[in-house]
Amino acid sequence: MNNSSEEIDQGRRGFLGAAAGVASMTLAPGVLLHTIASADPRSERVTDAVRYGMLIDTTRCAEGCTACVTACNQENGLDLQQMPASMDPEKWDRQEARWIRKIKLEDNLTGRVTNLPMMCQHCEHPPCVDVCPTGASFKRSDGIVLVDRHLCIGCRYCMMACPYKARSFIHAEVEEKLTLAPRGKGCVESCNLCVHRRDNGETSTACADACAAQGHHAIIFGDLKNPESTLSKALAAMPSRQIRENLALNTGVRYSGV
Amino acid sequence: MKRIVYREWRLSPQRYWALLAGLAAIAGIGGLAFWYMEHQGHWVTGMNNEVVWGMPHIFAVFLIVAASGALNIASIGTVFGKSTYQPLGRFSALLAVALLIGGLMVLVLDLGRPDRLIVAMTSYNFRSIFAWNVILYSGFVAIVVAYLVTMVDRGFRGYYKAAGTFAFVWRLLLTTGTGSIFGFIVARQAFDTAVLAPMFIVMSFLYGLAIFMLVLMFAFSQDQRPLGPFIIKRLKGLMGIFISAVLLFILIYFLTKLYGAQNYDLVSFYLVSGGRYTLAFWFGWVILGLLAPFGILFHPALGQDRRWIAGACGLVVLGGLASMYVIIIGGQAFPMALFPGKTLLESGFHDGVGGQIAAYAPSMPEFLLGLGGVAVALIITAVGVRALQFLPESLADKDVDPHAAVKA
Repeated sequence: MNNSSEEIDQGRRGFLGAAAGVASMTLAPGVLLHTIASADPRSERVTDAVRYGMLIDTTRCAEGCTACVTACNQENGLDLQQMPASMDPEKWDRQEARWIRKIKLEDNLTGRVTNLPMMCQHCEHPPCVDVCPTGASFKRSDGIVLVDRHLCIGCRYCMMACPYKARSFIHAEVEEKLTLAPRGKGCVESCNLCVHRRDNGETSTACADACAAQGHHAIIFGDLKNPESTLSKALAAMPSRQIRENLALNTGVRYSGV
Repeated sequence: MKRIVYREWRLSPQRYWALLAGLAAIAGIGGLAFWYMEHQGHWVTGMNNEVVWGMPHIFAVFLIVAASGALNIASIGTVFGKSTYQPLGRFSALLAVALLIGGLMVLVLDLGRPDRLIVAMTSYNFRSIFAWNVILYSGFVAIVVAYLVTMVDRGFRGYYKAAGTFAFVWRLLLTTGTGSIFGFIVARQAFDTAVLAPMFIVMSFLYGLAIFMLVLMFAFSQDQRPLGPFIIKRLKGLMGIFISAVLLFILIYFLTKLYGAQNYDLVSFYLVSGGRYTLAFWFGWVILGLLAPFGILFHPALGQDRRWIAGACGLVVLGGLASMYVIIIGGQAFPMALFPGKTLLESGFHDGVGGQIAAYAPSMPEFLLGLGGVAVALIITAVGVRALQFLPESLADKDVDPHAAVKA
């Protein structure tokens, strides 16, 4: 009797061993992949532990330099837009999507001239998000204001409401587009603080990098909530203001020297 | 006052079908214009990233505002108990629904992604006045249809007053919502004032009444039904009041703007230096759209002539379209004050360098889409009065004027 039970036990052990082997071979890659995935910022939930923003030091913004504009266009595929054949170039100039633009100002009283880049200001209370009927315009927990291209119906109310004229409507078909900025006819878009870089764990934006590469360092990007960030230290060290402060939108992009 | 008998529009089949064919052709051309703009993209329109709402919005907002105003005639009869207006209640409700559908159609077909209409109906951001309006508009159609049922079905007569009052309150909310679309835009100097909400209500009274009178006079004359001078006189008087009210609100709007010193340039833009917008304001809206019809309606001789009265209503309609052009396009064309106290020397995106106003030249497809919306509204009205008993058989003085009846 003992002998026969030993024989049965052996069989069970063999079966259990094989089952465990098969189970671990099946599950292990999943467990492993999960571990890898959680190390990827893309799969981490965006939290409000950070708030991304910028400081534009206009005293460093060089006249005639458009490095930030060029870099933004390349990074986000805006340079891939094609003017439809038979279109008036002047009209296209008013319809082509722009995420960032250079502006030159003169103070009426003092005559002081200032240069600065203007883009979506990533408001804490964005009017575009308030007015969007479908919720396509939204603000991420980290302060980045975005458009969900699947929800955008192209009503353009956000463009009416944006105090910075920062949004663009895609008027024509875009044949070639980047995976990270899937541009679609009939939808609205704007600067997203290079959100793909945020989600890949990179710490800068294309415009800030380009400005630094020119040696100007007029654009400082970073986390407004981290007192140790270069951005927070720069903001603490120099006076800055928001464009259209009267609207009390608490913008994420700040300017000094304006 | 006699019992009012309602009858279908007894137009000869040839004339009826010719009318429908004409309207259907205009609606069809509007459909083609939509197809072209949707297929090509908005680059074929005059709209751009500065002037983002163009000609279709002028037509759409005008029709939506007029829809709410067209219901006013029914409301005066029901809510305020004016028996003279009660025979016009059914037609007023039909026209209101028809104009709203025409206007909404233009609005929807001008979306960048009209194919995503289902998203607009299933995904709501309730902070948005646009989202409220989706509910206000669809609710308006449902409520007015229910109100119509209380007018025509004796079984529901007990709910007549309640339904009429509810529809009246709803239409006020609806126009407040439409006005607020602009009034709550803080970004643009021309908007950003709550005065626009009541101003839109007053404009709705006027534009709705003008369209109502035009369509009513046309429908009655085609069918040789009697339309007495009494009812015309009442409607004319009402129009005079509404014209005065719109003029008053224009004054209030500018005074409100002038009270903030930073808006002097905006007021100057509209009244003096705004080029085509100044022209559209003075000649299109104020002189042709308000003062001229007022003068015609109350002129001792011209004010008695039906053709002149119809002309005055037509001028009010054209003035209404001009008012939308001034408000909607002018408000976007005026440069935004991004940097007060500074002069813009250069910009990578226009931004009103040197005080230049934003460019917008409406394209033909935009205009045709707008006209298509008008045609759809008129088709609904024509089919409605032909198929159902919306129009009273007679609006002769003896049938609607209690005093005339006594005299007789």
